[in-house]
Amino acid sequence: MRPVRIHDHAVIGDGHSAALVSRDGAVDWLCWPRFDSPSLFAGILDPEVGGAWCLRPAEPARVTREYLPDTNVLQTRFETDGGVLVVTDLMPVHEAHSRWPRPERELLRCVVCERGEVALDVRYEPRPDYGRARADIRDGGRLGWRLEHAGWLYTLRADVPLRPAAGGGLVGRESLRVGQRAHFSLTATDDAPAVLPPLGRFSWERVERTVEAWRRWAARCRYTGPYREAVVRSALALKLLTFGPSGAVVAAATTSLPETLGGKDNWDYRFCWVRDASFTARALYGLGYEAEAEAFVSWLLRATWLTQPRMGVFYDVYGRLREREEELPHLRGYAGSRPVRVGNAAATQLQLDSYGEVIDAVAQLARRSGRLARDELRMLVRLGEYVTKSWDAPDEGIWETRSGRRRHTFSRLSCWVALERLLELHRRGMFRGVKAPVERFRDVRERLWEELRTRAWNPRLESYVRVLDGDEVDADLLLMAWYGFEDARSERMRSTHRRILERLGVRDGLLFRNEDDVHEGEGAFGVCGFWRVGLLAKGAGSFMEAEAAFRRQLAYANDVGLYAEEISPDTGEARGNFPQAFTHVGLISAALELEEARPWREPLLEAPEIPGEEARA
Amino acid sequence: MSGVLRWAVWGFASTLVLTGLLTGSQRLRLTRLNLPFLLGTLVTPDRDRAKAYGLGLHLLGGMLFSGLYVAAFTAWGRASWWLGGLVGVLHAGFVLLVVLPVLPAVHPRMASESQDPTEVRQLEPPGVLGLHYGVRTPLAALVAHVVFGVLLGALYRL
Repeated sequence: MRPVRIHDHAVIGDGHSAALVSRDGAVDWLCWPRFDSPSLFAGILDPEVGGAWCLRPAEPARVTREYLPDTNVLQTRFETDGGVLVVTDLMPVHEAHSRWPRPERELLRCVVCERGEVALDVRYEPRPDYGRARADIRDGGRLGWRLEHAGWLYTLRADVPLRPAAGGGLVGRESLRVGQRAHFSLTATDDAPAVLPPLGRFSWERVERTVEAWRRWAARCRYTGPYREAVVRSALALKLLTFGPSGAVVAAATTSLPETLGGKDNWDYRFCWVRDASFTARALYGLGYEAEAEAFVSWLLRATWLTQPRMGVFYDVYGRLREREEELPHLRGYAGSRPVRVGNAAATQLQLDSYGEVIDAVAQLARRSGRLARDELRMLVRLGEYVTKSWDAPDEGIWETRSGRRRHTFSRLSCWVALERLLELHRRGMFRGVKAPVERFRDVRERLWEELRTRAWNPRLESYVRVLDGDEVDADLLLMAWYGFEDARSERMRSTHRRILERLGVRDGLLFRNEDDVHEGEGAFGVCGFWRVGLLAKGAGSFMEAEAAFRRQLAYANDVGLYAEEISPDTGEARGNFPQAFTHVGLISAALELEEARPWREPLLEAPEIPGEEARA
Repeated sequence: MSGVLRWAVWGFASTLVLTGLLTGSQRLRLTRLNLPFLLGTLVTPDRDRAKAYGLGLHLLGGMLFSGLYVAAFTAWGRASWWLGGLVGVLHAGFVLLVVLPVLPAVHPRMASESQDPTEVRQLEPPGVLGLHYGVRTPLAALVAHVVFGVLLGALYRL
């Protein structure tokens, strides 16, 4: 059985779905036609049952890989004693008005032998429906190998000979000499005769077009600071997780990659979390991707239309509530982490923080576009009215715990943000022609402010705390300054930061979400470390401290610059679903905060050691 | 009243009811389908103006479709509420199965299901039966179109 690690994967995609490709040349995860469709390959969740598609040298090889600069085209380089083989993996991007029809979905893999002679091993084991369906592959001759399932036709075309394997699937071995090439195109179709893209030089044309398209997109990034490569990689990852037809950004490309190895916290993240709204919108706007930000905020307004003034915790890519959660007992799970789940029952939870995050995202849209449609304004008013009625209720909070509802500080902070932004829009004259209960908004905002200043502050700890009148801290409190509730330079914010570092800090600036995670052996939460960078940059520390902390966080990316949801405090490896939009959004936000705070002409210095940084190491 | 006048009057009245039902079902959060908005954004990106222009286009479209109903009644030599309702079912099926799925191909501001990742268009496609706009979309559209047909069949006299 081939060992796989989350950390060892890269992602390719086409704005509808994404595939994970491992360092050893295996496509271990692919869901078609959408992110949340059943998988065709799920080897990352079960190498035996899940299915995978491997292209690798027959001999042992040293592996290096990278994305072609400013693209989502992956290149894996296998160096064997006999020569060098390079595999280029991508989901092609097509010209808007191409002369040729395009397949509905395509995963293209091009191989070239750069030196010597290397035997290429091919193993193709599709397992539709999360490995529940039998894969009956038929030989279509020059039309490729065909697999039909649930109305979909999956066609593999290759210009090297393949043959059926004893245990199912296809295998092949082809010796490639220097300069020789091999091409593999896997396509899926369900609504028309299949389009079978040509191979050979036509494959390389698709590679070139895709590289150009991604580079054009990356060139729109306005960030010019010293961490451009990491920022652009995060932007590209975010774009890969954006569902093109609706503008929704899914939280991650995978389901059930565990937060604790062997543990039960294995959730499906292939949906769009409302929680991430304001962070995502700010990151996209900050980088200059206005159209993407507007598409995302518009999607938010549309998605929440059917349920407002109540909002779901998350929606699927078309804005539908997906409440059903199902376990897949036939899959062993990543590193034995069971159960494997599809769907997510957290959909029905109450997360009051969502309201502030959505309204903050819409306020950003309004600040830039200068106006909102009357419908949107009425909707904001309804959301605001809901906040004025519900702000005092206990909820599951931003981390959607399944242990019951509590009076979370962050949820109240977010309700304060919701009303503050609505009042800001009112001050700017945006509510012309739409009646808004401004006085009520103001009253509740003041009550929230008072409550946060008194009951969310623990004088004994000298810190804001996770729940009202509590004595635990939570990394989400770092955002009090980001949202403008507290000045980052205030004594309260500085001492809260110290307490969070003391109780939730692991090493090198890694932070747990809250004290539950410390006790339960979870990983450090990727985005929280970046929030801390933002707080330091805003004035809770010096610019140098902030930059040093940022660089430490950057070191936890894998070799191709990607982050999962969490980071193992012991090994620094990725844990949880992958790649995780929230972590990449955190990276972008932190980089933007740093640039805003960068002292003019200050030289970049080596990172200094920060006292207290190793508190929990 | 002449035949043309009867068609104009009752066709317009039925179209108004159809528009009201579709708008009402959207206001009641049964669906995100908003045909006037989708039509209006064919000509302008401005959301508020799109609804106004779209209303005009929808009324015009309703008149054209009511003409087809009248043509069917004339061909059958009779008009009744149930015949109108039957044509309404066909009308709804045509909208849900043909018009909505084809819309991304002709709408300048609507994303298509095969959109490439580097493209950004803001209106999400409705999908077959308009299901991307909520699971009750087919029902809301069917009821509205059947009511349209029933009204026209009942009011229009040959």
